Amino acid sequence: MNSTGKHSVQFVILGTLLILLFVVNIALGSVLIPLKAIIQIILGDDTVKEAWQYIILDYRIPKALAAIMTGSGLAVAGLMMQTLFKNPLAGPFVLGISSGASLGVAFFILGGSALGLSAFVVPNGWGTILAASLGSFAVLSIVLLVASRVRDAMALLIIGLMFGSLTAAVVSILAYFSPAEELQRYMFWSFGSLGDISWDALIILSFCYFIGMILAFSVTKSLNSLLLGDHYAQTLGVSLQKSRFIILIATSILAGSLTAFVGPIAFVGLAVPHLIRQWFTASNHWTLMPACVLGGAVLMLFCDTLAQMPLFEFSLPINAITSIIGAPVVIWLLIRKKKLLF
Amino acid sequence: MSDFNKILLSSSKLSVGYKNGQEKIIIVEDVNLSLKKGTFTTMVGINGSGKSTLLRTLAGLQNPISGEVLLEKSPIKTLDAEIKAKQLSVVLTGQYISKNLTVLELVSLGRQPYTNWLGKLSEEDKVHILNAINATELEALKNTACHALSDGQFQRALIARALAQNTEVILLDEPTTHLDLHHKASIFSLLKTIAHEQQKTILSTSHDIELVLGMSDEMLVIHNGKATQDTPKNLTESGIFEQLFPDNIIGFNKENQRFFIR
Repeated sequence: MNSTGKHSVQFVILGTLLILLFVVNIALGSVLIPLKAIIQIILGDDTVKEAWQYIILDYRIPKALAAIMTGSGLAVAGLMMQTLFKNPLAGPFVLGISSGASLGVAFFILGGSALGLSAFVVPNGWGTILAASLGSFAVLSIVLLVASRVRDAMALLIIGLMFGSLTAAVVSILAYFSPAEELQRYMFWSFGSLGDISWDALIILSFCYFIGMILAFSVTKSLNSLLLGDHYAQTLGVSLQKSRFIILIATSILAGSLTAFVGPIAFVGLAVPHLIRQWFTASNHWTLMPACVLGGAVLMLFCDTLAQMPLFEFSLPINAITSIIGAPVVIWLLIRKKKLLF
Repeated sequence: MSDFNKILLSSSKLSVGYKNGQEKIIIVEDVNLSLKKGTFTTMVGINGSGKSTLLRTLAGLQNPISGEVLLEKSPIKTLDAEIKAKQLSVVLTGQYISKNLTVLELVSLGRQPYTNWLGKLSEEDKVHILNAINATELEALKNTACHALSDGQFQRALIARALAQNTEVILLDEPTTHLDLHHKASIFSLLKTIAHEQQKTILSTSHDIELVLGMSDEMLVIHNGKATQDTPKNLTESGIFEQLFPDNIIGFNKENQRFFIR
């Protein structure tokens, strides 16, 4: 397939946007910090006001890094799903991975009182992460089990959708029996947040992120063969079971860990691969994968910059922003192209 | 040529079909075929006779109920997928192919078995890709996306992809469905030319018995769950085409090799 060379203009634009948005993202926030002070802080100058140092180093930079990982991880996961399922509507969430994470968190936050186990309460942060990870892992195991028996990609998509419904049902039952404040906590998690992430959590997240990314890039060649469908891929020497397994593992590590840490983020995984495909007019995954990494990061930084509402006291839920931007984009693509192609 | 009669793909006592739970449903049984180097063979039979099932089994995409398929001399089941990919290529219909691919990208994917893990094309790969595009007369459409191609052009692109894979054996499933007579004839004549000039072994299924009768070196007729392989001339004389269609609605004239409606 064509080399990435002919897309160098797009890559340069994305790269520049990424750096620019990263700086803008750190510079803006509810507290106004001059750019000069920000640069001093990043360069390790500790004569700057201590509160500012804290805001930049322990809040805004981890948040920006989390945004980059979330956007790129979900975009790559979405791209892999769309190619694997030969379905332009596939995304990491269609597999039910985020539903699994939500279910885990719902059990953790709401389950306590609904099941009469209010004594079983672990400090907020870590419990949520663990519960979300366990939930997504459980769903992944079931999906993998089904994938080894059912060879039909469409069946897997339907199973993912069913998990979504099942989760919604269980969550509403739990919600019915839960006190208001617990319900509120669950709702806040489900809005998604990039801001609550500590450096410790960020290190764990990066670990999962890099493992997922390495796995994802290791199947890039197979993904290209899969563009021709399963039968053709097999006759091109692709081991279908092995590739499918690696793709599912990579997706669940990426989407599972990211959902656990930042909450369910909608539309990034679905919309970014489509935007990149349209803009780059490429099908080669050696072009699409790095482009989705950059594109996802750019989109997420942009959404987060909007969400934190510069100079306002509050920030909007990130999940709402990604949906408000993502949904019209998908509709616009559909109207313009009449047909979404994977 | 010393290897003129070299048999590249063969089967012995092959039964194909599918498994429905514990039950095995056999569609075609006791298939003993042998495809020689440099020959163009067509497989014909009525709808549902098992042509596609047999073709998929021969390609190793589906397990046989019993018997085995030999690619050169090794059982296809035991061959490593990457080695097999350098010996046998397919052209299939009804696959989920990304129509965003350009013709060049689609054809280039035929080189996947030869490239390294990065999928980078060598000079040799590029020569094969260009030759395949030239042979199928797609030069002008090289950079067109597949969704903008006509059915006939897309079919040619799929054939070009198989050619780029540079395998000795090419199996095609209904490559002329939805095409008009002109394009049907041009696809079959292309396949025959490739088989003869590039010494490939080509097997294609088809509905157009009249058309392929005049163009095939050999034919494989699937009838009542049995497969008969012979030259078009011998098959015509054997009278198998008269019995091919049920209910005596359609007859066959041996003189001019044409079907007629009674």
